[in-house]
Amino acid sequence: MSDPAYRREELLITAIARLLEPCRSVAVGSASPITGAAALLAQAQSGGRLRVSLLGSHRHNPFTNGGVELFDCAAQGRIDAFFLGGGQIDGAANLNLVGIGAYPRLSVRWPGSFGSAHLYHLIPRVILFREEHTRRVLVPRVDFISAAGPTSNDVNRRGGPYALVTGRCLFLFDRARRRFRLASVHPGHDAGEIAEHTGFAFDRPPEVPVTPVPDSRTVAVLRERVAVGIAEVYPRFAETVFGAARTAA
Amino acid sequence: MAHKVRLPTPTAIYSVRSTMMRGPIATVEEIAAAIPDGALVALPREIDGAAMAAIGALVRRGARDLRVLCVPQGGLQVDILIGAGCVAALETSAVSLGEHGPAACFQRAVAAASLALRDSTCPAIHAGLRAGEAGIPFMALGGVLGSDLVRHRPDWRVIDNPLAKSGDPILVVPALRPDVALFHAPKADHEGNVWIGARRTLMTMAHAAGTTFVTVEEVVDDNFLEDEALAAGTIPALYIEGVVSVPGGARPLGLAGYYARDDAHLAIYAAAARTQAGFADYLAEHIVAARAAE
Repeated sequence: MSDPAYRREELLITAIARLLEPCRSVAVGSASPITGAAALLAQAQSGGRLRVSLLGSHRHNPFTNGGVELFDCAAQGRIDAFFLGGGQIDGAANLNLVGIGAYPRLSVRWPGSFGSAHLYHLIPRVILFREEHTRRVLVPRVDFISAAGPTSNDVNRRGGPYALVTGRCLFLFDRARRRFRLASVHPGHDAGEIAEHTGFAFDRPPEVPVTPVPDSRTVAVLRERVAVGIAEVYPRFAETVFGAARTAA
Repeated sequence: MAHKVRLPTPTAIYSVRSTMMRGPIATVEEIAAAIPDGALVALPREIDGAAMAAIGALVRRGARDLRVLCVPQGGLQVDILIGAGCVAALETSAVSLGEHGPAACFQRAVAAASLALRDSTCPAIHAGLRAGEAGIPFMALGGVLGSDLVRHRPDWRVIDNPLAKSGDPILVVPALRPDVALFHAPKADHEGNVWIGARRTLMTMAHAAGTTFVTVEEVVDDNFLEDEALAAGTIPALYIEGVVSVPGGARPLGLAGYYARDDAHLAIYAAAARTQAGFADYLAEHIVAARAAE
């Protein structure tokens, strides 16, 4: 791939957008330019059917009751999909956004749990996204559970992990087995490499497909429409990834 | 509601209550003086309107032992207060400078264990404030179960839903009643009412807090409560102890509809704050000098 027709970020955005296809409403939290762009791409591809809420946006903000409204909507079942990440993610899909070490004596402190502990329980299709795919991030067991993966004790739990997208591959989460399954590897990566860089055990089919790359039409939508939308909240990201597209605003 | 108070200057307005208690609040320095050491201070999300000029005044007055409640997360406001040694305790769902990276003063304070830190999650802070504004002792909240946050919050409880026939566990969190809410808003009227538009979290903060101080872009000769379109987005003066007109009072952060966040300045801050010495230089140049220049 000496001259790819798409950027790395555009592949990830497209892969994440595909996971949103059946959804009617998606919300995007803070510090999330790639997942925000994916939500806007999915919205464009849905012909506007998908309702998108981007935290920090005025244009993509359907709420009038303050910061609590996203959580109220999630608790009522009005939101189909959301994105979470984490400094550590383990094989049971527990997420750590707090830090490394024995809490509260942490050796590394990250920002904190934000709304993850709540939304992970309540939104049916939570897509985990963490670009860095290393044993540092994908660990056997998180040091602190900000948001808990599904457990055998869950009572009336509607929400939880659906997929995990990294810079190398896409996993789907098997709720019954409470394990990840390798669903596809991004172009230029392979299953052996995934196992080498993943700190937890996961299932994999005998043949692992390659993540579909964005076609030229999708790339055009990204650079013309999504770039303008995402620049409102993430101007530096829009400039870096989509470059001149931003001036189209 | 308080009866009408007409003031000699359009840059300073105040409620009758504050007049009787401690005289007019006309400057951010007076806001800072009215927030005592040790107070529990609620600060908003930065996109809701941060009273940065008043934060600077708190630093200049050498505020100590503040207990800060981030509603529901923190950034520049609380990082500066922590770096300047104003904060003893912090309750928040997160602290970060967003696109500008980690909040370094916060990280140093956690590493040094110099903060009494209560890690939370956004909706738990909203729920606590809802209980606070309703005057009830706690609020129930969905989700969160299984999170280590619950284990580390002795003030939270998981109970069985008392209205269910059998086990239906649910989290309850105690009411949050901040001593003070402090934020920046677009405009106030001459009655001391503050228009916040759709930033409803500020309304909840003002309802739950013992008292509220607000800086605004402008004070207009009007009564927002007489116009229903404005009244819906207005915090009545009865909740507000002092309003000060500070055009640009959220800078270097932004205020929607007025001015954008100054990303170049925030990058300078983020770089400086990586070391305590760099932070001290930033403070001297941008916070302490701001007063000297007046």
